[in-house]
Amino acid sequence: MDSLLTEAFLTSLLFGAVTAGVPLLLAGLGEQVSEKAGVLNIGIEGMMLFGAYAGFVAAYCSGSFALGFVAGGIGGALVAALVVLLCIRYGLNQIVIGIAVTLGMEGLTALLHYFQFSRTYPRLDLAPAWALPLLSDIPVLGRALFTHNPIVYLAVLLVIALGWLFRATYIGLNLEAAGNKPAALDAAGVSVVKTRAFAVLATGFLSGIGGAYMANIGAGLFVPFMTGGAGFIGIVLAMLARGRPVWVLLGAALFGISLAMTTALQVAGINIPTDVVQMLPFAMVMLVLVIFARHSVLPPALGLPYVRGER
Amino acid sequence: MAVPVAAVRNVTKRFPGVVANDGVSLEFNAGEIHVLLGENGAGKSTLIGILAGMQQPDEGEILIGGRPVRITSPRASLELGIGTVFQHVLLVPSLTVIENLMLGGPWWRNLLRGPALARFRELSQLLGVEIDPDAQVGRLSLGEQQQVEIMRALWRGEKVLILDEPTSMLTPQGVKDLGAVMKRLRDKGVALILITHKLVEAYELGDRISVLRLGRLVGALPPERKRAMSEQEVTDAVIEMMFGTVAQHERDAEILVGRGRRTHRARHVDRAGPPRLQARGLATQATRGACPLRGVDFDLWPGEVLGIAGVDGNGQKHLAEMLAGQRAAASGTILLDGRDITADAVPERRRRGVRYVTDERLGEGTVGAFSVATNLVLKEIGAPPFFRRGVSDWDHIHDHARALIKRNDIRTPSEKTPVAKLSGGNIQKVLLARELNAEAGVVIFNKPTYGLDLQNTRLAHERILAGADQGLATIVISTDLDELLEISDRIGVMFQGHLAGIVENGPDVERKVGLLMTGAKAA
Repeated sequence: MDSLLTEAFLTSLLFGAVTAGVPLLLAGLGEQVSEKAGVLNIGIEGMMLFGAYAGFVAAYCSGSFALGFVAGGIGGALVAALVVLLCIRYGLNQIVIGIAVTLGMEGLTALLHYFQFSRTYPRLDLAPAWALPLLSDIPVLGRALFTHNPIVYLAVLLVIALGWLFRATYIGLNLEAAGNKPAALDAAGVSVVKTRAFAVLATGFLSGIGGAYMANIGAGLFVPFMTGGAGFIGIVLAMLARGRPVWVLLGAALFGISLAMTTALQVAGINIPTDVVQMLPFAMVMLVLVIFARHSVLPPALGLPYVRGER
Repeated sequence: MAVPVAAVRNVTKRFPGVVANDGVSLEFNAGEIHVLLGENGAGKSTLIGILAGMQQPDEGEILIGGRPVRITSPRASLELGIGTVFQHVLLVPSLTVIENLMLGGPWWRNLLRGPALARFRELSQLLGVEIDPDAQVGRLSLGEQQQVEIMRALWRGEKVLILDEPTSMLTPQGVKDLGAVMKRLRDKGVALILITHKLVEAYELGDRISVLRLGRLVGALPPERKRAMSEQEVTDAVIEMMFGTVAQHERDAEILVGRGRRTHRARHVDRAGPPRLQARGLATQATRGACPLRGVDFDLWPGEVLGIAGVDGNGQKHLAEMLAGQRAAASGTILLDGRDITADAVPERRRRGVRYVTDERLGEGTVGAFSVATNLVLKEIGAPPFFRRGVSDWDHIHDHARALIKRNDIRTPSEKTPVAKLSGGNIQKVLLARELNAEAGVVIFNKPTYGLDLQNTRLAHERILAGADQGLATIVISTDLDELLEISDRIGVMFQGHLAGIVENGPDVERKVGLLMTGAKAA
């Protein structure tokens, strides 16, 4: 057991936690925006997956990681646009469409990948990391937490930015009203459809970036079905966070660590069957849900399409 | 003469199968309270929807300050200075008062509290009310929420204020406060439009009264005429406009006039014997959006009608569901004829004679897509004689349905018609036919006349009283105090999950009930 406390183990665990946690953070924050506005966005897994594919292809063809993230965000937003059209504009069932979007994107990305790369899985070069001055010199923590791609720092800054957006802007008020009492927002002269459309597109953009991060930074390649439930963990995070971005950050850290266990335990040479280790994050999801889900507070209008004049 | 602030001219609005507004022309003047009277379906709400930008007229025009305008959205309406307070509260309960008022501002701008607070103080002064701008709206009383709604309606201009049935959710004191606010606004030069179906309100508050019937404007009392008339004359004139000849519809008119000519029939209830139903310390678990019960006690004797009054959301729903067996008790006991039925589920209670007529007629009460016949046996699914060894006996079910349809005068094309296609009044008749059969002993009615027109309201009341006369122990839960005053023998008031007190119906009961509704102890 000594090997668990070595510098190498801790560094690899924490570094891996960040790598695994950032996509969850982006997905969770994105889902939070949708849920605030009263949209239960089950399709987030599909948005991540398409973002991962689009981001990978862009980075692969251009060699630019920044372009990869932009493409990932746009890819996710494109899938979100489909959800906007079907669920927000035409008021179809959000859960059914969400599942359809996820399944559809699993198929579509696998198919596109096959057409483009056949059965090969080309790798990207190692992504550039940006070591934060001073902070990165701290032993263990410096290497693990402060030597990452700039998008990681942006994702953390986004937590603060969203907290401010929700609390202190008209956009935040509109989102809150759209999720709590859409009729009130409508009566105040703000379009519920536009507000929710904005929220869902933002979700798609953020989760698409999360997917691109998974492919380009986390794995360095695209494999079909690679998101493996990260979007669903994002939904859980958003539900448990009660509209507070900082709780999404904490949740993402928790799940990031449990995901990173997979690789860290292998580095440490501890012999546990990988199937058991890989189950860990999902066992964690269930555990967290059992403990905390009783206290989650969801907006009253969550999942309900808004039709003017109906109550 | 001054140009009216707002006017509609020859407005017509059609919906599939109905003409909601048929060539309606009305004028709204500054410093005047214009009352629109009419029954359900008279076209009041459609007219308001058109002015509020929720609906577009098919024909006709809207004039603001003499200029024709098109009001294409709620925002356009607000920007023209028309504010609307809808029947149901349209505030975000999780936001504060000031945040609710700021809602709808330009999203690219900064959220500035300073100017908003200044406007808030201005409007507080105009209305003559005092509310904490940082209080969470969900924690305010309904009366206070309505004041915030009025502020919201006036926020971007104070030319026209529309109030759609504003008193239906208020306590008697709240109604009084609202009247004071309205008169104050009128004196400041606002044009007010008050939608109501209560004649008393129309007389007390209105300067000008217009009456709508079946989408048409059927009569109007301009201010100079109304001032010259007594309350009785106004009442008679308006009733004649609404119903044509008075004699033909005397009962309708009586209900409409409400407390003015209330017809409470003193009934004799024998309370010497043992009570049919006893509730002791009933309490329920809190659920999202509903007030739990916190210790409810009462006794109910055979043949008695116990009215349960109170502002909506004070535990009435839980009380009804718990008595019906649909909601588990956290504590307390229910005794039926002295026997503890607290742990019994719905079928067992039904067998023992407990009946529940829900307020959600379509949804909880009936399955819309199922036929009238199926809905009539909905609580006996799988049981003989309608089902044999689990298989439906359709002949039997349909015979049963035809008999009930005939006996209860349910207007339906056939017993196989989906119940959702029926009118609200007829769905209510289906429910009553199912619940009030020979084995009934205790009936719980939750808002039995909510959304029904006058005729069906009257029928429902007659049905309830007839049941009580035959010895049914009856509970009627309603937010319409006038209704309870008319049919109850005793009235209990729900306040924050408690039964705040039970008073005998009779002289001065209104004041006592009013006090209880605000949380004061029984007077």
